[in-house]
Amino acid sequence: MTSVSSIGQFSYCKPGSLQETLKIMAEKGAGARILAGGTDLILQIKQKQKSPSLVVDVKGIGELNRLEYTEALGLCIGAAVPLSKILSFPIVSEKYSMLYQACSVIGSMQIRNRGSLGGNICNAAPSADSAPALLCLGAKVIIASGKKTRIVNLDDFFVGPGITRLEHDELLIEIEIPNPPKQSAGCYLRHTTREEMDISVAGVAAYIELFPELKVPKEVRIAMSAVASTPLRAHSAEALLVDRPITEKTIEQAAQTTVDETKPISDVRASAEYRREIVKVLTKRALRKDCEMLGIDIQG
Amino acid sequence: MRIRVNSKEYDIASGPATTLLDVLRYELGLTGTKEGCSTGSCGSCTVLIDHKAVNSCLVIAAEVEGKDIVTIEGLAQDGILHPLQQAFMDAGAVQCGFCTPGIILAAKAFLDSNPHPTESEIRQGISGNLCRCTGYDKIVRAIMSVSRSQRG
Repeated sequence: MTSVSSIGQFSYCKPGSLQETLKIMAEKGAGARILAGGTDLILQIKQKQKSPSLVVDVKGIGELNRLEYTEALGLCIGAAVPLSKILSFPIVSEKYSMLYQACSVIGSMQIRNRGSLGGNICNAAPSADSAPALLCLGAKVIIASGKKTRIVNLDDFFVGPGITRLEHDELLIEIEIPNPPKQSAGCYLRHTTREEMDISVAGVAAYIELFPELKVPKEVRIAMSAVASTPLRAHSAEALLVDRPITEKTIEQAAQTTVDETKPISDVRASAEYRREIVKVLTKRALRKDCEMLGIDIQG
Repeated sequence: MRIRVNSKEYDIASGPATTLLDVLRYELGLTGTKEGCSTGSCGSCTVLIDHKAVNSCLVIAAEVEGKDIVTIEGLAQDGILHPLQQAFMDAGAVQCGFCTPGIILAAKAFLDSNPHPTESEIRQGISGNLCRCTGYDKIVRAIMSVSRSQRG
C-alpha cells in the first residue's frame, strides 16, 4: 500500500464544550489554531503559511452553532455555522438580503457547505465578501477567553491582512446583527473576472436608512472590500449623503470620495488604478439600487 | 479511527492530519475520487459527507469520524448505475473523465436539494467543479435530463 502522507505535524482535538475549548486555548496559546470548516485553515497548513502544533475543532460546540433570530435582538450567527446553513435560514434572505448576497458568492457549493461566517471574518482577508455587508448592517462580534467575554463592533475588529483584534487565548463565539429598520435597504455588489468561484477585484456594500415618512437618508453606510489592507467603511463618503435628498450629484460625489478612502494594491487580479475605478462604479450602482428598493426617485 | 464510506465501516491507520482525499485514494484504494488542484478550487475531489458535497482535499480524516461518506464508487446499487451516471453516458457528458466523479456527486447533492432547477441554477450549482475538456453543455444537459425524469 502506498504510504499516506499527512499535511502537517499537528495534533487534533475536538472539545465538547466552550469552557474546555477556552481552557485549551489559554494553555496552548499561539500554537493552537481553531478549525471550523477548514476551507481556509487546511489550505494554509498545506501551503505552509500556518503550522499549528494543535488544531482545535470547534464544530461540536453548541454556542458556536447557534442560528437564531428574534425581533428584539436581531440575528445571532454562531461562529462555526456553515455558510450554506445561513443561506437556507429564511430570515436571512427576507430581512438581511445584503448578507445573503454576500454569503452566496463565497466559494462554491462545496466551500459553503464547510466554510463558516466566523471563519470568513477571522481569516480577515481584505477581500472577505461577508465583511462589507456585516459592516453595513452594524454587526458586533462576541469574543470570549477563559477570563472574560467582550463585545466588539466589527468596525474595530480588522487590523490587517489575516490579523484581527482576537488575542491568542480568545475565541469568536458569534456574530450579532441588529434588526434592520423598516425604512432601510442595502445591497452588496462585487466585481470578479469570472462569474463564479472567484475572489473579488473589489466589493462594495451600501446601506441607506431613511427618516420616517421622508425620502431623506438618516443614516448611510458604505463598506468596501479588496481595496485596502482590511475591509473598511467609507465614512467621509457616507457623511456626504446624510440629511439631504439623494441626487445624481451627491451619489457622484460620494462615489468619488470612497476612492479617496481606499488604499488598493496591484496584484494578479487587478491594478490599483483599476480597483479605484471599480470601487467608484460599484458605489454608484449600489446606492442607486438601494434608492430603487426604497422607492426614491433620484433627482438629476 | 473508524470511518464509514459507501455504507461500509473501515478502521483506518492514517493519522488525523491526513486529508480525507488521501485516506480514500491511498488507504482505502477508492481512486474514483480525483486529486486536481488540492486547494478547493476545482471540485475533482468532491465527495458527500452526510449528503452534502464537500472538497475532500480540504477535510482532514479526524473530522469525519462517525460521518457518512459517499464516493463515486458508492453510487451504483446492485450493479445498476445511478440515474446521473446513466445520463452522463447517454448524453456523452464524459470526455477525459477526470472531473466526472466530482461533477456527478456535486450534481447529486445539488438535485437532492433542488430537484427541478433551471439551466442557470444547474450551472451555478456545479460552478465549483471545473471540466478542463470544457464539456459543460453536455454535462448540464445530462443533469437536466435527470431532473426532468424525476418530475412527477
